[in-house]
Amino acid sequence: MLLSVRLRAVVALAGRYPLLAGADLDVRPGEIVVLRGPNGAGKTSLLRVMAGLVVVAAGEATVLGLDPMVDARALRSQVGLLGHRNGLYDDLTAEQNVLFAARAARRPKQSVPAALARLGLDGRLVSVPAAKLSAGQRRRVALAAMVVREPRLWLLDEPHAGLDAEHRALLDLLLREVAAAGATVVLASHEDGATEALAHRAVTMSGGMVAGGVLDEPLEPPAAKTVPAAPTLRAAPPEVVPGVAEVPSVA
Amino acid sequence: MWRDAVLVAGKDLHIEGRAKVALNQVGPYAVVVLLLFGFAFDQDRPLLVQAAPGLFWMAVLFSGLLAVQRSFTLETADGAVDGLRLSRLEPAGIFLGKAAAVGAQLLVLEALLAAGIVVLFHSELTGAALLAASALVSTAGVSAAGVAYAALSMGLRVRETLLPLLLAPVLAPIVLAATEAWRVALGLSSGDGWRWLGLLGCFAAIYLAGGVLSFGALMEET
Repeated sequence: MLLSVRLRAVVALAGRYPLLAGADLDVRPGEIVVLRGPNGAGKTSLLRVMAGLVVVAAGEATVLGLDPMVDARALRSQVGLLGHRNGLYDDLTAEQNVLFAARAARRPKQSVPAALARLGLDGRLVSVPAAKLSAGQRRRVALAAMVVREPRLWLLDEPHAGLDAEHRALLDLLLREVAAAGATVVLASHEDGATEALAHRAVTMSGGMVAGGVLDEPLEPPAAKTVPAAPTLRAAPPEVVPGVAEVPSVA
Repeated sequence: MWRDAVLVAGKDLHIEGRAKVALNQVGPYAVVVLLLFGFAFDQDRPLLVQAAPGLFWMAVLFSGLLAVQRSFTLETADGAVDGLRLSRLEPAGIFLGKAAAVGAQLLVLEALLAAGIVVLFHSELTGAALLAASALVSTAGVSAAGVAYAALSMGLRVRETLLPLLLAPVLAPIVLAATEAWRVALGLSSGDGWRWLGLLGCFAAIYLAGGVLSFGALMEET
C-alpha cells in the first residue's frame, strides 16, 4: 500500500521565518489523522504543504504519489483544503458557491444539490447569499464545496469551528464515510474531545516539527473505527461520496 | 482555457451584478473625477476642451484601479483564491476571465465618461470608429495589465497602496496612446490616429500575452 502522505525532514519558509523545521509525517490511504499542537506549531503550514500551496524549501515530500514541487497542479486538483477561512464569495448564494466549485473542478452540476443536502443545506438556505449566512452555515457551504470536488485528500483546519453539536456529528460522519471510501483525511484541531473518537491517529506538532508522525508499520491499513449511528439530519444520497455505498458500515 | 475564462468572467460579472459596486461606487467616482477636472480648468474652457481626451483617460485609469482592486478583493476576502489554486482551472483561463470581467465593467464606465465629457466639456464625439476601436483596445490593455499586477501584489499586506504605484507607470503608454488617438478622433489634432491605435494594440497584446504566460506563477503564494 502506497502512503497517501510521506513527508521527511520537510522545511518550509515564509521569507526567512521557518514555518516547518523538519517535519516528518506518514498518512495511509483511508486514514483520519488529527494534528494537535499549540498556536504557531505549524499545523496550518503543514496542511498547506500537503496541498501543494506552500513551497518545500528542503526535505522530501510525496503526496498522493506526487511531488508537490514538481506536480503541484496535478496534486492540487486531487486535494480539498478547508482553511480558517471558508473560501466563499459573499455575493453568491450557497448554491452558486458550490456550483462554481463543481464547475471549476470539472464536476457535473447535477452533483451540487446532493452535496448541499449532505451538509444539511436545503430549502431557503441554498438561495441565500453567503454573506447573510451564519458562521456555521458558511462552514457547511465550504464543506459542501469540498464534497462536490470529491478530493482524494481532505485537509481541514479546525473544521468543527462554528458548527453546533448536530452539525459536528454530521461532519464527523461525512469524514468517516470519505475515509471508508478510500480518501485520506488530515485535520488540525485544538479540540481533543471533538476529534478523539473520529481520528485513527493523532500526532502532535511543536515548533514546526511533528512528534510521532512516522509510522512503524506504514503498510498496515488504519485500525478500524467504530462508526456511530448517523445523526438525525436528512440522509444524503449515497452517491455523493464515491464508493460510500459499497462500504457496509456507512451505507 | 476559453471555457475557464467564460466561467470566471461569468462568476465575477454575476457577483458585480449583485453587489453593483461598479454601478454605485466606481461609476459615480469616475464622474466626480471628471467634474473635479472641470472645476480645475473652469476658467480656461478652450484648454478644457483640448485636454478632454487626457482627462477622460485619466478618469478611466483611476476607475480601472478601483475595478481591479475590487476584482481581487473578491478572491482574497474569504480566501477564495486558494479554491482557484486548487481547482482544475487553467491559470491562463482565470487571467482572461478576470480581465474580461474588469474590461466589461470599464467599457460601461467609458460609455458613462464619454457622455460626461460631452456634457461637461462640450466635446464632440466625431470619428466614432477610431474612438470605439481605441477604447476597446485600450480597455483590453488596461484590464490585462491591471489583473496581472493585482495578482502580483495579491499576497502582500500593502497591496492596496502598492498596486497603483506598480500599475500607473505600466499603463502610462496606454494612457498616452489612447489620449492621442482620441485627440485625433475628436478633431483636436491632425495626426494619424490609426497609428496610435496600432501602438495601443502592441501594448495590449504584450500585456495580454504576458498575463496569459505568467499568471500561474503570479498566483503562487509569496
